[in-house]
Amino acid sequence: MIAIVDIGGSNLMSVKNAFDRLDVKTTITNDADKIQKASKVVFPGVGAAKPAMSRVHELELAQVMKGLTQPTLGVCLGMQLLFTHSSEADTSCLDIVPGNVTAIPVKEDLPIPHMGWNSLLISKTDSLLLTGIQEGDQVYFVHSFQAEFDQHTSAYCQYGSKIPAVVEKGNFFGTQFHPEKSADIGQKIIRNFLSL
Amino acid sequence: MLSKRIIPCLDVRDGQVVKGVKFKNHVVLGEIIDLAKRYRDQGADELVFYDITASAEGRSVDRSWIEKTAQVIDIPFCVAGGIHSVEVARAVLHAGADKISINSPAIENPQLITALADEFGSQCVVIGIDSTKQNDDYWIWKYTGSEATAKAAGKRTLDWIKEVQDLGAGEIVLNCMDADGTRAGYDIEQLSAARAICKVPLIASGGAGGADDFVHAFKQSRVDGGLAAGIFHRGELTIPDLKVALKKQDIRVRL
Repeated sequence: MIAIVDIGGSNLMSVKNAFDRLDVKTTITNDADKIQKASKVVFPGVGAAKPAMSRVHELELAQVMKGLTQPTLGVCLGMQLLFTHSSEADTSCLDIVPGNVTAIPVKEDLPIPHMGWNSLLISKTDSLLLTGIQEGDQVYFVHSFQAEFDQHTSAYCQYGSKIPAVVEKGNFFGTQFHPEKSADIGQKIIRNFLSL
Repeated sequence: MLSKRIIPCLDVRDGQVVKGVKFKNHVVLGEIIDLAKRYRDQGADELVFYDITASAEGRSVDRSWIEKTAQVIDIPFCVAGGIHSVEVARAVLHAGADKISINSPAIENPQLITALADEFGSQCVVIGIDSTKQNDDYWIWKYTGSEATAKAAGKRTLDWIKEVQDLGAGEIVLNCMDADGTRAGYDIEQLSAARAICKVPLIASGGAGGADDFVHAFKQSRVDGGLAAGIFHRGELTIPDLKVALKKQDIRVRL
């Protein structure tokens, strides 16, 4: 069973639907025991870092999340919460992946949020999450904050600067984009996650 | 870099997709799920479902089709029509919509924009604006779902575009009513004026009649997406043909 961690946010059903389309059973839960026993964990999130982390603490899920050893995928805000800190309302995050999340710098001709389909540029060719994904394949982004490009970045996109699109550390994976909304390419990435 | 988005808009009335000319004389075009699937398969980048009667009739959209659509469609979609409160917005988003678009309720209660952005994040709060040119300026309209209810809202379009961004809007769809349904092309002049003050994604709406119209909107008005309905629904322009034409003009698209 795959656990979709429920810390609120409105894309829970979209993530569940993506697995349903592949006939994969999921449970939407905030129960520590169910999350720990799941074969894989998905950590979705839409909205702002502060209320999301407050919810994580309210549910006493911070230590549970940090202690997971099964493949775990953070999506969008869920990815950002894997990092140490977010400057979005100065929020301490889970500190599973070292690094800070900051606002996408405002530049002429680059509307914020970064919203729409952007190309994946691959920085780690051995990423298991990106098996069969070609440089330039497009996925759907919608966000105003970004992680730092560093050794944990497996793929990135260009939007004023290099924005990490896929991050990995051990059994933890994160996508800044929404694989559940990225048509065939997104489905490939979800399948890759399922075969980890 | 980011691709320009091609966005078919499905005007929904009583569970079916319809299209009128200048907001009048609606003709049934097909079933929601069938059309949504077709556009997804053709490579639409996003879909907008617009309940054209909801605001005018003072009711919110029926949500069962949102859930069904979310199960089938793996591209983003936005729902508009009658979303007049945080609670209605929550229900629509939880049914599986990625964004909500508000128009008349935002005009009646601008603080709703902030309430929605605080609750769900700016990224899912789209402001739809219906605008016409009068006396050398652009003015917004409300309750445009039917001719009987449509009325001028007494605000300048460019002022409203600034205001909604300050209040927390994450995207603006500017529907130029004078062009809507005419197939004479997007209102480049108005869109360019909007672009100059719009820091969030801006979507052109109203008037698309051929691939060139999208080229002009992307190149001259630098909009982030082009929305159209009739031209796609009637099969006059397919999304793959449009994207090929755009690519030939060096406009980035998702093929």
